Amino acid sequence: MPNYPASGPHSHRHTLSVLVENRPGVLARVSGLFARRAFNINSLSVSPTERPDISRITVTADVDDVPLEQIIKQLNKLLHVLKIVELDADNTVDRELVLVKVAATAQTRSDILEIVQTFRVRVVDMHPESLVIEATGSGAKLDSLLSLLGDYGVIELVRSGSVALSRGPKALSEKVVGSEITGR
Amino acid sequence: MALPTPLQAFSAVPKSPTSQSQPTQGEPMTGAQALVRTLDDLGIMDVFGLPGGAILPVYDALYEEAKFRFVLVRHEQAAGHMAEGYAIATGKVGVCIVTSGPGATNMITAIADANMDSVPMIVITGQVGVNAIGTDAFQEADIVGATYPMVKHSYLVTQAQDIPRVLAEAHYIATTGRPGPVLVDLTKTAQTGMMQYSWPQRLILPGYNPTTQAHGRVIEQAAKLFSTSYRPVLYVGGGAIRSKASAQVQALTKLTNAPVATTLTARGIIPERDEHCLGMLGMHGTIAATGAVQQCDLLVAIGARFDDRVTGSLPDFAPSARVIHIDIDPAEIGKNRAPDVPIVGDVATVLDALIEQIQQDQQTNGAPDIDAWWQQIRAWKQDYPTTYEESPDGSLAPQWVVRELSNRAADDTIWVAGVGQHQMWASQFIDFNRPNSWLSSAGAGTMGYGLPAAIGAAVSAQRDKMDGEREHPVWLIDGDGSFQMTSEELATAFFERTPVKIALLNNSVFGMVRQWQTLFYDKHYSHTNLFDGEVGKADAQAPTFAGAGQPDYTQATDNQEIIDVPDFVKLAEAYGCVGMRAFTKEEAIACINRANEINDRPVLIDFRVWKDAMVWPMVAAGQSNSTVNYRPGIQPLKAHSEHKEG
Repeated sequence: MPNYPASGPHSHRHTLSVLVENRPGVLARVSGLFARRAFNINSLSVSPTERPDISRITVTADVDDVPLEQIIKQLNKLLHVLKIVELDADNTVDRELVLVKVAATAQTRSDILEIVQTFRVRVVDMHPESLVIEATGSGAKLDSLLSLLGDYGVIELVRSGSVALSRGPKALSEKVVGSEITGR
Repeated sequence: MALPTPLQAFSAVPKSPTSQSQPTQGEPMTGAQALVRTLDDLGIMDVFGLPGGAILPVYDALYEEAKFRFVLVRHEQAAGHMAEGYAIATGKVGVCIVTSGPGATNMITAIADANMDSVPMIVITGQVGVNAIGTDAFQEADIVGATYPMVKHSYLVTQAQDIPRVLAEAHYIATTGRPGPVLVDLTKTAQTGMMQYSWPQRLILPGYNPTTQAHGRVIEQAAKLFSTSYRPVLYVGGGAIRSKASAQVQALTKLTNAPVATTLTARGIIPERDEHCLGMLGMHGTIAATGAVQQCDLLVAIGARFDDRVTGSLPDFAPSARVIHIDIDPAEIGKNRAPDVPIVGDVATVLDALIEQIQQDQQTNGAPDIDAWWQQIRAWKQDYPTTYEESPDGSLAPQWVVRELSNRAADDTIWVAGVGQHQMWASQFIDFNRPNSWLSSAGAGTMGYGLPAAIGAAVSAQRDKMDGEREHPVWLIDGDGSFQMTSEELATAFFERTPVKIALLNNSVFGMVRQWQTLFYDKHYSHTNLFDGEVGKADAQAPTFAGAGQPDYTQATDNQEIIDVPDFVKLAEAYGCVGMRAFTKEEAIACINRANEINDRPVLIDFRVWKDAMVWPMVAAGQSNSTVNYRPGIQPLKAHSEHKEG
């Protein structure tokens, strides 16, 4: 049963949406728990939400089912965690942002711009020796874009980590018990 | 209100003060005064601690205003263990107040200990002023950050107005659900700031909803498993003690005739003299308890968490059992062993419902006949009783000492142990007869837990006395190694007039480590000799016993050459306590009787015991419980399991 470290070679990708109180130290508690339980996360992003009292943490991780259940239970024990949902890939929109600086010479620039057009991404900075490309999309799309750009020489790149919403009219925060958290 | 940036989540301190409307209602006072008032309003009667710079405003406030008793310790860790001991003995929350920086970091061991054993505790630490946070100010430590992994919850309080609400929440969190330690880090800014005090406070805990009632059909499913089980056993853990479920456990045993194996923390949940009580299971458990669990067909885990010291090798633990797991913490269910019937809820509440359901089932279907099971259990009990070997060198057998202490102690004694061999012997050889009368650091195994926890228990006993009960005697069974980790608290014990009785099983070594070195490390006694109990193995003349036959307890030790360092008798005397030493059984009995008569100050008896005594039975770490050794080479359960495989 105990299956640590939780992330093994045959693990599947899971996306967790964690609604937390928008308070100092929350991310430290959540990320500390991942580290303590040997739970290797793939990406993690935090942001405020439609409600000022709630932040949303989106975590993607390659993990087996049983340790995942244990991690969700342990997360639920944190008092600042209000709601945890594992997003079902078929019913979820997930996006990631990447900024990538590619080496570009007079000879290669037009080839790179063709890739940019094909992928419907944007050039946000141009220099005689480089291009900065902004791309959003699913992780898979960005992976294939980056592998193509790799041939021209990636100087530096940064990815935001995945953010995700479920499809349809419902909000995750509807499931948070009680009204707005006030009075602190 | 401006939306906070996401980066704020990284920082421990809010970047801007929240634009909160300060209430105009209530009594004006400082945050420090509000803290003292809140503790009184929460009904806190006893507080443990040690002052320091960053908590001075609070100590100033409690100088004049506190209604509670304050116990001054000599080291902050001890304040934590005292609060734990107090909490276990009373079933209420333990509270301690210490300063920032090293005062706070000294508490970490106690916090970790309370977290492992689910002890309700509120730790209030001082913190530097809000503007100094993050500047490496004098005695600044990020104690909230340092304790994330081992608290149930923690607060950094930056405004005086928040103090009553935070304390009320801390109290609620510490004592409900699965109990645990809650840290309240109180900045000097919050202590000195003015606020408007009002009581009661509205708690704001949207993310905290502990489940107490069992949901769905699990009670019926559990009862059904009982009706089809012919080899049931209850595996009862500390959660049953915390839930005050002793009556329910005994009722369930009586109703189903299922035997009870308890963990270290649940000793006393059912009296030892009850035939159903098989004793402790696991690494140093009885053959009957370990065997019953290994061979049962229904394992009912009640407030227990399948710790490795209980289960041994997990895949081999109770291999043919269906499992009902009752626990208030959902994360414990399925953590180590997948249950057939998971029940999340408060143990006492769940057992009440379960007992009712089983009664109904038994009325229609009758109860299964488990006589054959009992024959097996009685055979184990008879063939493999809890016994020990007399020492070959004429020194005392430590187990004999424990047995003698138990025989000669009052029924309502509170027993406390340090950590090591003596702890296991205490668990094995004391006749526990009521819950909340056994205090021991189980999950964390914190050496040095004993003396402060005993003082905390003695404070609770004095509180009970004020409520009209007899003052329970407190016996601490400690080892010479464990005791030396917190022996400075003898001063606390003396000045607080807490008459703890200390039985030091002095084998002059770190006994449990030595046992492992003997068994698994080729007798390489690497740094386990303490040289504090060498004298007298051959000559049984106690230096303190000057008179012929009649020991003179008040006489200081004579001027003979110092060999044993420290001299525990002198140490006790240096702290104003009574010190005695025993080499022989006659002396031991005299010392015990004398100690039982002293009720006005602490007593320490330095029992010189055999250093090669070992704790048996034993399951080697990581091995299957079926390989348990009753004595070296005697494995009563192994034949059975091999036979089964064959």
